[in-house]
Amino acid sequence: MSTTNILFEIGLEEMPARFLSDAEVQLKQKTQHWLTSIRLPYESVKTYVTPRRLAVVIEGLANKQLDQEEEAKGPAKKIAVDEEGNWSKAAIGFSKGQGKSVDDIYFKEVNGTSYAFVNKYIQGASAEVLLINFKDVIMDLTFPKNMRWAGKTMRFVRPIRWLVALNQSNIIPFEIGGVSTSNSTYGHRFLGEQVTIKDPLMYEELLATQYVIADSNERKERISDQIKQLEQEKGWHIPMDSDLLEEVTQLVEYPTVFYGTFNDKFLTIPDEALITSMKEHQRYFPVLSDNEELLPYFVAVRNGDNRSIEVVAKGNEKVLKARLSDAMFFFEEDQKHSIEQYNAKLSRIVYQEKLGTIADKVQRVRALTDKITTLLDVDQTTKQNALRAAEISKFDLVTNMVNEFTKLQGIMGEKYARLFGENEQVAKAINEHYMPRSANDALPQSTEGAAVSIADKLDTIIGCISVGIIPSGSQDPYALRRQAIGVLQILQQTGWDVTVEKLIDVTKELYQTLEIEKSSEDNIDEEINSFFYARASYILREATSEQDIIEAVLANGIGNISFAYKKAALLTDKRHDTSFKDTQEALVRVLNLAKKGTNSGVDATLLQNAQEQKLYDNFQAIKVKYQEQIRAYEATQSLETLSQFTPFIHDFFDHTMVMTDDEQLKNNRLSLLNEIAALINQFADLSKIEWKQQLNA
Amino acid sequence: MNIQEMILTLQKHWSDQNCILMQAYDVEKGAGTMSPMTLLRSLGPEPWNVAYVEPSRRPADGRYGENPNRLYQHHQFQVIMKPSPDNIQELYLESLKKLGIDPLAHDIRFVEDNWENPTLGAAGLGWEVWLDGMEITQFTYFQQIGGLEAKPVSVEITYGMERLASYIQDKENVFELEWTDGVTVGDIFYQPEFEHSTYTFKESDTEMLFDLFATYEKEAQRIMGKGLVFPAYDYVLKCSHTFNLLDAKGVISVTERTGYIGRVRNLAREIAKLYVEERERLGFPMLKEEGKQDVNN
Repeated sequence: MSTTNILFEIGLEEMPARFLSDAEVQLKQKTQHWLTSIRLPYESVKTYVTPRRLAVVIEGLANKQLDQEEEAKGPAKKIAVDEEGNWSKAAIGFSKGQGKSVDDIYFKEVNGTSYAFVNKYIQGASAEVLLINFKDVIMDLTFPKNMRWAGKTMRFVRPIRWLVALNQSNIIPFEIGGVSTSNSTYGHRFLGEQVTIKDPLMYEELLATQYVIADSNERKERISDQIKQLEQEKGWHIPMDSDLLEEVTQLVEYPTVFYGTFNDKFLTIPDEALITSMKEHQRYFPVLSDNEELLPYFVAVRNGDNRSIEVVAKGNEKVLKARLSDAMFFFEEDQKHSIEQYNAKLSRIVYQEKLGTIADKVQRVRALTDKITTLLDVDQTTKQNALRAAEISKFDLVTNMVNEFTKLQGIMGEKYARLFGENEQVAKAINEHYMPRSANDALPQSTEGAAVSIADKLDTIIGCISVGIIPSGSQDPYALRRQAIGVLQILQQTGWDVTVEKLIDVTKELYQTLEIEKSSEDNIDEEINSFFYARASYILREATSEQDIIEAVLANGIGNISFAYKKAALLTDKRHDTSFKDTQEALVRVLNLAKKGTNSGVDATLLQNAQEQKLYDNFQAIKVKYQEQIRAYEATQSLETLSQFTPFIHDFFDHTMVMTDDEQLKNNRLSLLNEIAALINQFADLSKIEWKQQLNA
Repeated sequence: MNIQEMILTLQKHWSDQNCILMQAYDVEKGAGTMSPMTLLRSLGPEPWNVAYVEPSRRPADGRYGENPNRLYQHHQFQVIMKPSPDNIQELYLESLKKLGIDPLAHDIRFVEDNWENPTLGAAGLGWEVWLDGMEITQFTYFQQIGGLEAKPVSVEITYGMERLASYIQDKENVFELEWTDGVTVGDIFYQPEFEHSTYTFKESDTEMLFDLFATYEKEAQRIMGKGLVFPAYDYVLKCSHTFNLLDAKGVISVTERTGYIGRVRNLAREIAKLYVEERERLGFPMLKEEGKQDVNN
């Protein structure tokens, strides 16, 4: 089979760097899918992307579609053949229509009726006529944002400026948005020229001569190699931020790494602000010393070669200097005011229309911190620190620095608090109260930080849900889900002796004392509960628990989340533990039968047989100890205590008829079972678990 | 090259591309985009190519002439071409060369920057142009203006003159830039910078400004009702500047802020609609014959 090589290139005005990687993946997949759908076999599809072009080279493409044999179905036999056995007009028409004659017709039964068929051999079309449809692949590419330009109606990521479509050296003719395909491409905007492509396989090489490195992986490698070289030469450490590397790779066609310097007086600016200035505003890599301290240098990537590189470096230095001067000005200016002055300004910033200003929020967070630290019974110093941290948790939001670098909220708060003479615990807690900031972020380490963090998050969650802001689908503008997960993670890490329900209750109590216009929905409590239930299930699932175990553990509320973790882990082990089978069966039996009645109180005088008496005695004997263990969140011990019931339960069921006709006796027995079930449920609803213990054969 | 020469060079360059050279519009505004020569003229089907220098007032950026980079009023060189020409990037780069910026000796990049001005119900896609890491130009394909779809699309090029001059003249302080031989920006603008900052942050009569806003808004609405697009738009510009003065002084709370922006936006939207209707009533006089047919089809 003869093959050919193909090149398609879409030349564009500079595309957004953040779109390029996905565009390249799409181009590859959609090209392959297209070739398969038009039955054109190929050896390989290689894609290229730069800010100004998207290209694909198809190597070893068949010149012709695969031939195909197909069965064509015609009229039913009774219509194809008349009573005398002659071919009808319908049959003649059918065979002609398929390019055949009536001699080719054969009959086959379909669903009990005989139909006329002919075998059709479809000769594959030549690739040439099919390739012009590559236009559809281009138009099928999707981007997060498209635009229109000039007077055209089409939308695309950026204006299309040229199109290359080559079958070997022949142009495949089509047109998009008034641009026709040709065999001519453009090199680097300044270093390259317009060139003619004679062979698709020479595309990459030809562009390289025009200062375009078309392969984005190669560009990325060149950048990291040059950075590594610089590290070695200078004895620097340049942390490789992969997002930044990706971005600078997609901002250039021909990368050259260079470095610049800045006055070391700027090193007094907090590192985080320096790094944000360099990375996010200028796309520079910060430079560290061997002991990880910031040095007054930056590393950047130029779109071009190294001619006049010193001019480029100097220009970049000038820009960074202006930015750092601003940052320094902000940093110094911010220190001229007091925390109280900043706090006063918070009453002018609306947090949420119905939930008031940030100052209002701060007041609520302080009140909640008070309640939480009381619940936790922390010492007075810790409590006072936590309250102070809550009071000033948001003051930095109105500083110049945070206004300029929003990401530094909390981080600047901590730094400024220290400069303003707050103690170490308070300063730290200000930063920690935003933690965890993202899914895998660190959690607060101090009690003060954890308490304020929980207070702040609970206030946000309960407040928002109360006024009707309930996350649904991708809609979660206040990131309530992440915040609830944060609360649970902190509780799990600290192992604090408090239940999630209790924390929700104290927050709701606070809200009841405030004049906040609640949502008209009357099921707010239900919303809050199911919202937290879903988050608790989520984090337990993340900890590799399975759904039935999660449901068992959370059946009677979330309770103490670290206890829930321990119980879920323990039950996950026990699910397959054959030595637990006996106990599990006994306890589940109690739970199931208990559902048939209620607890009207056990009358000891009504206990009839010895087994019944023994079960009751055991209940009395372990009840207190068990509940102490539950209150101490001792999962293993409490389950151990429950398992002491095992022989008594089995004996009881072996000798006692619970559902007896004697109502009084029946109710007494059901009451006893309900007493025990209540104990089991304090641990988990074991009847929800799908047990998988297999006894050894 | 001093700023005066830069202006002359850019004017010549864009004039050669058949742009109408306009003068700055005589009502205070925050950006060249707000001139009716851009905002209104980029609406509707009529072709429009224009270039002008626009002194732009940003009261909140006033720094009493003390900050080397921030100004109450800076200068933009504004170019609008409708429909956007296919070689617009080349035309722009050509203008940089004429300003003495050799692309081979620098690093010039088009970095994604999508522009949005909620007050004007306007949005566009494009880039900020970086010269050795410094943003020197905003380059935008208008997609929506005054809440209406831009059809055909205009391209807007906004050069920040002081920024560009600080690079060309290698000066770090904006007040040291040479405007023309022997005259610096500081000579011309230091006093107004200081006085406007003082006025904005300390001396402005807040109550009067609130009254003015309401008065301008009312007048804009009244004359809009009479189909007087351009006079109505002038009052919208006055509203916008008055709002900026109030906002810079910090007398508008966040909630109120949204409300005020919404009020200006509503006016801008109505005027945009009215402008297109008026032009249509006049038969889109700047459309060539074949263009008119296109519109009718």
